[in-house]
Amino acid sequence: MSDIVLEARDLVKHFPLTQGILFKRQIGAVRAVDGINLQLRRGETLGIVGESGCGKSTLARMLVGLETPTSGDLFVQGRNMAKVGGAERRRGRRNIQLVMQDPYTSLNPRMTVGDIVGEPFEVHPEVLAKPKRRARVQELLDLVGLNPDHINRYPHQFSGGQRQRIGIARALALNPEIILCDEPVSALDVSIQAQVINLLEKLQDELGLSYIFIAHDLSVVRHIADRVAVMYLGRVVEIGTEDQIYENPTHPYTQALLSAVPVPDPKLRGLRDQIVLTGDVPSPANPPSGCRFRTRCWKAQEICAQQEPALAVRQSSAHPSACHFAEVRDVVHAQR
Amino acid sequence: MSTDVNVKLDALPGLDADALPLEVKNLQVEFRTRNGIARAVNGVNFSLRAGETRAILGESGCGKSVTAQAIMGILDSPPGFVTGGEIRYRGVDLLKLREAQRRKVRANRIAMIFQDALSALNPVFTVGFQLGELFRKHRGMSRADSKVRAVELLDLVKIPAAKQRVNEYPHQFSGGMRQRVMIAMALALDPEVLIADEPTTALDVTVQAQIMSLLAELQRERNMGLLLITHDMGVVADVADQISVMYAGRVIEEAPVREIYESPSHPYTKGLLESIPRLDLKGQELSAIKGLPPLLTDIPKGCAFNPRCRYAQDACRRDPVPPLYQVAPSRSSACHFWKEVKADV
Repeated sequence: MSDIVLEARDLVKHFPLTQGILFKRQIGAVRAVDGINLQLRRGETLGIVGESGCGKSTLARMLVGLETPTSGDLFVQGRNMAKVGGAERRRGRRNIQLVMQDPYTSLNPRMTVGDIVGEPFEVHPEVLAKPKRRARVQELLDLVGLNPDHINRYPHQFSGGQRQRIGIARALALNPEIILCDEPVSALDVSIQAQVINLLEKLQDELGLSYIFIAHDLSVVRHIADRVAVMYLGRVVEIGTEDQIYENPTHPYTQALLSAVPVPDPKLRGLRDQIVLTGDVPSPANPPSGCRFRTRCWKAQEICAQQEPALAVRQSSAHPSACHFAEVRDVVHAQR
Repeated sequence: MSTDVNVKLDALPGLDADALPLEVKNLQVEFRTRNGIARAVNGVNFSLRAGETRAILGESGCGKSVTAQAIMGILDSPPGFVTGGEIRYRGVDLLKLREAQRRKVRANRIAMIFQDALSALNPVFTVGFQLGELFRKHRGMSRADSKVRAVELLDLVKIPAAKQRVNEYPHQFSGGMRQRVMIAMALALDPEVLIADEPTTALDVTVQAQIMSLLAELQRERNMGLLLITHDMGVVADVADQISVMYAGRVIEEAPVREIYESPSHPYTKGLLESIPRLDLKGQELSAIKGLPPLLTDIPKGCAFNPRCRYAQDACRRDPVPPLYQVAPSRSSACHFWKEVKADV
């Protein structure tokens, strides 16, 4: 079996913008995800970072099958999810589960924890016979660090961090190989955030999971990810190992993004290379021609407006970077 | 600044121009709920000098926002009640003022920026109208004059094409631009103290950097005191001069910014610092603080942090609450064992 558990080829999602009530006609499209290629290897964590509106959540929804791609192919363990149907597709989906951002709204307040964590078995009854489910749910609760005796409690009886653990237990129920975490810790306080991150890492070691970890917090992603993809306006602008992205970023957007993250060390105040971008992210309904970042880029020249830079390895960039003028710039460390 | 308002402010009882712009002493706030009394703030002390940035750092439910609301006098009451302490603006105890006097202080002398700019702005009025309202109500200006001032303010916070945008509604602005409008509104009447309650939490990092540098610049120009309420230790390290760390309604450590990051002397501060992943370092396992913050209706005896603390001993589990020990000049920690914590690297 190949080592690649998940692959996205040229994945596109456009949301149509329509006009008129009875006779709707399409006047454009929000190009939320516009041609993304990704590979996830067994046992690795792929971080996806980007600001709001860059399409990272739409990408996540497509990967788990909550959204149908406009075009492009998605392979889960070699299966093309768009081509296979029925039972085969359900088996594919079983292998990729989602942990959602908000632990307050992603759990049904009227269901007990046991019902929530056991619900995946209702959808995929072939996985486990009914009489064995309750014991399995308790085992899952124990695995994520919750008291198995609390199986009959309701979500409101738990704190935010504990609720996120319930969400993780639910994602683990069907023994998936891939877990997709969409901003799993951004709603939590720092002291609780660390507990959940440690739990995710522990589970990966024990169960050999592959993670796609979507977040806007770059420090958290650095901590947990092996490889990182940086998204801007529906496209990946730079992808590489955690070290390549954080130590040797070559795309100007990555550099700006990294330099904007405050480092919790007052001694470094004013010593870091800070790039303050001007303006806002353009609308994904009408992205700029050529390079999408050029409207905010300090390096932009004529070629950037005419020719879209490919995401490729370049002379000055050891890892794929979508910039005509890619070059390494250390923005993370203090300058001395 | 028009003089008529200053005349009225001079009439505040006990106003002393040489006193500190903001001093909070032993502030206590409680919420009377159906489930009992939640003691949100239990004796908070701090002061703020002109031009200084003080960060109030803490996690959700530690009482940091309630403290800010009490200072502004915008606490929801009921259920919230200030039950004790003093909040002094230049020597005047704001808690003893009549509401009409307090309204003069609010926005004129002490102003506030909120976290969620979209819900803090009124969606049915233009941005220009809302900005101008301050000048009409507090300065008695005409509509036309107030509009001119509104455009000036938008220029001040670097909103491009201010003349056109002044006639737009809040939903037509992006998140960062809305936060700029909030800053413009807070600065309209030239306050001496600005309270910023999580001003950048809802924003993306690149926008956060823009807003923080704008705030720093305006603060420097006007020599304002800035009270920054946040949970983000990164932002604090970048902008604060002094830090007060809050836990369960109390300040548990107070220190200048460099010293607190170098040698935290309270186990909670130390735990917080150890639990954040850092951008410039690839870490191993994060050392998380075990357990959960206490319910404010049921704060543990003795030190509120004791059930989660690895230094805790019997003395910590008994009343009285540990006092603020003097750790160094201008540094204090509410931990019986601050010496051990500080020495422990």
